[in-house]
Amino acid sequence: MYTEKVMDHFAHPRNMGEIKDANGVGMVGNAKCGDIMQMFLKVNDDGIIEDVGFKTFGCGAAVATSSMATELIKGKSIDEALKLTNSAVVEALEGLPPAKLHCSVLAEEAVRAAIDNYYARKEGKAEDCNCVRCGHDHEEEHAENTEE
Amino acid sequence: MKTVYMDNAATTALNKDVLSAMLPYFTEIYGNPSSLHTPGQEAHKAVANARQQVGRALNAADPEREIIFTGCGTESDNMVLLGIAERYQKKGKHIITTAVEHHAVLYTCQRLEKKGFEVTYLPVDEYGRVTAKQVEEAIRPDTILVSVMFGNNEVGTIMPIAEIGRICREKGVFFHTDAVQAVGHVHIDVQAMNIDMLSLSAHKFHGPKGVGALYVRKGIVIPALLTGGAQEHNKRAGTENVPGVVGLGKAIEMACNSIDETSARMTKLRDKLIKRIPELIPEVKLNGHPTERLPGNVNFSIKYIEGESILLMLDLNGIAASSGSACTSGSLDPSHVLLAMGLPHEVAHGSLRLTLGDDTTEEDVDYVLDVLPRIVERLRNMSPLWNR
Repeated sequence: MYTEKVMDHFAHPRNMGEIKDANGVGMVGNAKCGDIMQMFLKVNDDGIIEDVGFKTFGCGAAVATSSMATELIKGKSIDEALKLTNSAVVEALEGLPPAKLHCSVLAEEAVRAAIDNYYARKEGKAEDCNCVRCGHDHEEEHAENTEE
Repeated sequence: MKTVYMDNAATTALNKDVLSAMLPYFTEIYGNPSSLHTPGQEAHKAVANARQQVGRALNAADPEREIIFTGCGTESDNMVLLGIAERYQKKGKHIITTAVEHHAVLYTCQRLEKKGFEVTYLPVDEYGRVTAKQVEEAIRPDTILVSVMFGNNEVGTIMPIAEIGRICREKGVFFHTDAVQAVGHVHIDVQAMNIDMLSLSAHKFHGPKGVGALYVRKGIVIPALLTGGAQEHNKRAGTENVPGVVGLGKAIEMACNSIDETSARMTKLRDKLIKRIPELIPEVKLNGHPTERLPGNVNFSIKYIEGESILLMLDLNGIAASSGSACTSGSLDPSHVLLAMGLPHEVAHGSLRLTLGDDTTEEDVDYVLDVLPRIVERLRNMSPLWNR
């Protein structure tokens, strides 16, 4: 069901782990949905993402999209990283099953949340981590599922 | 790489003796059991013999009239629910079942609700059990059917079937049990347990896929689901799957004749996994009843990690298992069984089911006990929820 690329990133995740001296940290998703992504950025004075790390609770696609997202933004400027889209992550992974596309959206959101946190910290008005709750509406989805 | 198959609740390997029994019915005795000629009558005899084998395994009073062959366990469940609803709706439109049934029962009940039937879904305790008292209290004058599974497919919990059967018989309400996971693994006596209808499926006890059966006690009328022929006493039209039926008969006979030995052996291996996993891995929770459970079922929630990831990692190490996580259910919600037992979503997402078969060895169990802790550690190190 997964492409070789997805399985490669799942079995050998790139940039996995916390970065102790990160200056931008964001977390999205929630455990109720079954996936949480935490993204750590170390941005230098020139606005370049020198180092990036992630931690993920979730399925194979959640791990693979987190890993791929870190690869796509590492060494890039903040502005370039902000342009990262979920479809770019999917394309780089050579596709995801339709039911797993939300994982790529989560990866894009995790990068944004970490960048938001970096800017907020710079302006001196942020906590250590920017946590964004999962946007899924479970009640609605449940109703849709039972409709079938 | 060593490979270990621990997903026997999904399906089992076909037993080689069962295959040998089936083979002649593909190429040599290929007649249609409905035909008058000799090749047809030979096939007919084989089907009749299989019916006796199934009847003996369940202690049916009159196998010839009480056993109907179907295409699968799901078909048997559908036939009971839709058939009883159609035939007995004049008596009432109320059905009782449980919150932890297989979807073959639950979705069919939902279908009946849309047709104006009322369904009571009995809640379960933390182990996934209902009591006979719950059933008794739910029975109303317009109740036409009680359907409670024998053993749960996810967590292995065995329901108090004999007690429920007694209550239903006293109250004069038909009692059906989906025994797909239990047949061939635990002793079943439809007469002693007051079971009126029972669904089973061959591939859950080392028989072939694509064939199931339904026991219907004499005197209960279930209209045909498929019409178009007189097969199975007009209850299931369509040319019989003769090799499949022969395989079902042989497999149920083999499984039920050796039930004491195989269940003792499997229970020992099951209990080794149940004892060792919490010793080797912190923060795990056994799902299902500790003793009232199917001999081959092990189900743990492994906190702070997600089920699909565990399955993929196990598969990379040659181990085939299953999970009740949302990612394996095709929706965003994890297993309805685990949720009904009161597990929080996040704990239900991290469930792992290991189901043993006749062919599972102690070496297989030891391999799982060697691989699983390392996989869990690796995934927990990756998880933002795990702070050790």
